[in-house]
Amino acid sequence: MENKLVNEIRSYTTPKQFPDNTPYSSLPVEQVALLAGKYNVSGRHIEIEALQAGIVPERYARNLRTFSLQDQAVLLQSRVSVVGLGGLGGGVTEILARIGVGNLNLMDGDTFEDSNLNRQFLSTHMRLATPKAEAAAARVQSVNASVDVEAHIEFLDANNAAGLLAGSDVVVDCLDSLEFRFVLEAASKTAGIPLVSAAIAGVAGHVTTIFPEDPGLKLIYGERDRIPAKGAEASLGTLPPCVSILSALETSEVVKVLLKRGSLLRNRLLVVDLVDNTFEVLKLQ
Amino acid sequence: MKTYIQIKLFADLSVFTPPAADNYPIEAGTTVRRLLEDIPVSAEKVRLVFINNIKRDLDSTLQGGERVGIFPPIGGG
Repeated sequence: MENKLVNEIRSYTTPKQFPDNTPYSSLPVEQVALLAGKYNVSGRHIEIEALQAGIVPERYARNLRTFSLQDQAVLLQSRVSVVGLGGLGGGVTEILARIGVGNLNLMDGDTFEDSNLNRQFLSTHMRLATPKAEAAAARVQSVNASVDVEAHIEFLDANNAAGLLAGSDVVVDCLDSLEFRFVLEAASKTAGIPLVSAAIAGVAGHVTTIFPEDPGLKLIYGERDRIPAKGAEASLGTLPPCVSILSALETSEVVKVLLKRGSLLRNRLLVVDLVDNTFEVLKLQ
Repeated sequence: MKTYIQIKLFADLSVFTPPAADNYPIEAGTTVRRLLEDIPVSAEKVRLVFINNIKRDLDSTLQGGERVGIFPPIGGG
């Protein structure tokens, strides 16, 4: 079937050029969907076959050549868990789906409320009082139907964490509770999965990347038994420019972890404060 | 000996930023804890201390010329 599939993919390609005039063979979005239906597989499997045959799925054309075709195939083969689907999680889900991370595992037990509308891209008037995880899955389906998506309408806790995170290549912490950030970190460490974690308050925020062997959140918040229930966000709220920047920074770290490339924020903290446009990388140890 | 440092207070601590934060006078050898008492900011509210972009603690000393960053815990998303 493989050769037959590749030949069929090839028959649907059209010659195109990147903006710098480099030629390539392009596979349109519509043909990916058609072949996925015909062979009863996810669109990402068609796209991976195409990439391995040197063909560019057109939806990823602007990712390439910063990414190689092989890089794009690695992203499509990767599974990322997004924990919390509010401000950070909505932005992270959107970007990971568009960049072409092939398997998204999304979880949040919450439903949308009016006060989410200022910053949570997945929230709309129509979605008020409906589950965030449902909205996230629908959004992924509408922006990139090639992606396999699993949505869990439940909160992660110490009992269900191992099962919910199983098989992930990276976990993204988009939670809004200090306590559950530590629960998530413990579960990620036990499962041996790298964690990207961001938090915001007002127009300030920070992001870090934690591998299982790293000290992690205690370098930022102190020991787990001494953390307050809420941070400065309780008095400052959460502003959309800051939450959007931090969600984008989280996805940048996720992609670097998946591609094993670039400098990661391990044992370092990228801090942002938009009040005076501070962007600094601080050494945590 | 009087010398000067730069102070940056993050998030809800920024309301305590002193007028001369970019050129704040200290006695050489003072600690971050003493600095916070002087501003004043309650040490209870502080979770992270950075001196010249490296994590330090409340008992770290300052000689002048440093950039000091002070963070509360933040956890929103």
